[in-house]
Amino acid sequence: MTRKICVVTVLAVAILATAAAFPAASAQVANTEVKIDEFAFAPQRVTVNAGTTVIWINDDDIPHTVASSSKLFKSKALDTKDRFSFTFTTPGTYEYFCSLHPHMTGAIVVEAATGSTAAQ
Amino acid sequence: MTSEHDDGRGVSRRKILECMTWAGTGVLWTIAGGMPRSMGIIGEAAAAEAGGLTFLQISDSHVGFDKPANPNALGTLEEAAGKIKALRVKPSFIIHTGDITHLSKPSEFDDADRIISQTRLDVHYVPGEHDVLDEDVKLYRNRYGRGTKGAGWYSFDANGVHFIGLVNVVDLKAGGLGNLGNEQLEWLEDDLKGRRASTPIVVFAHIPLWSVYPAWGWGTEDAARALDYLKRFGSVTVLNGHIHQIMQKVEGNVTFHTAMSTAFPQPAPGAAPSPGPMKVADDKLRSLLGVTDVTFKRGQQRLAIIDQPLQR
Repeated sequence: MTRKICVVTVLAVAILATAAAFPAASAQVANTEVKIDEFAFAPQRVTVNAGTTVIWINDDDIPHTVASSSKLFKSKALDTKDRFSFTFTTPGTYEYFCSLHPHMTGAIVVEAATGSTAAQ
Repeated sequence: MTSEHDDGRGVSRRKILECMTWAGTGVLWTIAGGMPRSMGIIGEAAAAEAGGLTFLQISDSHVGFDKPANPNALGTLEEAAGKIKALRVKPSFIIHTGDITHLSKPSEFDDADRIISQTRLDVHYVPGEHDVLDEDVKLYRNRYGRGTKGAGWYSFDANGVHFIGLVNVVDLKAGGLGNLGNEQLEWLEDDLKGRRASTPIVVFAHIPLWSVYPAWGWGTEDAARALDYLKRFGSVTVLNGHIHQIMQKVEGNVTFHTAMSTAFPQPAPGAAPSPGPMKVADDKLRSLLGVTDVTFKRGQQRLAIIDQPLQR
């Protein structure tokens, strides 16, 4: 159930982001949430504009981590309801996993914020 | 190595691992004939019969865990310690197969030590992933790492049985399973070199060394190499935790066994959306927690494993 709501939220964010790409909306500061639930990152793959802060929230009764495969970022062990956030400024695909349960993997795809990105 | 190997006492290498029994939150093992065998969950177990080495396995105490699946994990650990104290045959030592704590907090390690020391037995530990939440594994190693290599692996001998504690919970790779790593595997190869094939071997590590259920991460990436080094031995017993339930498999001379937790049960592979803590009715919880008591007896054929829950 929460996962569905989450997908809807992300879709909404994605639509907003797409919409923002065309008009001039230059300094669009956005947050996106990724839930950690049932030993999975949901959604597993998220596309965001550069400058977006991604917030992971652990909804499990077991601690997890958010660890970039390229070692760009790594959270501490997140206990139930703990959060971790990271702001993605450079376009690219960022793979990550839970270093305690490495079968849990996810990716953040960061796209250039079109229009005024040159300023970055 | 095509024929039976005599150890000089008229005991074939297949007749060595005999008597291992679990009690409470432990599994009682019987070592005999190099073919460990589970006795299933039985009551009194063979401990009283055992004339050889008896030891106990406890696992996954998760001290600090307080979620609905068991709001008092410290309490059930204490019940397990009580069961151990009450054993008619005193085990020689305890093996703890990891996840001593839930969040690697110093206070959790303190509480675990306080309860486990009530058994007045030596404890040989290996870490679980919950014990190494600090990057450099300092908290665990400062307490339990004396005389160990790397992240905490080591071996020792007791009553002619060679025990090997391995660490497969550090430096895990994205998308992968438990991991031993090259340095540890090289150490293992060296550790086994020159040992007689008739020596009974007991390997213990947190995450199962066999593929229980890779979709939930229940297996060890490079365990095959470790098992390759062990295949010339007539009797190999592998004791693991991590999955909070009893599971056993026999493959040639190797018996794999996983223990119950003293803290909370986890679902059978694929029986739930995830391997998270399983909430059961309060009056059922203690039937799913337990310890293992293991006895080695020379001259007998089989290793019997007895898993004994806290409450039937």
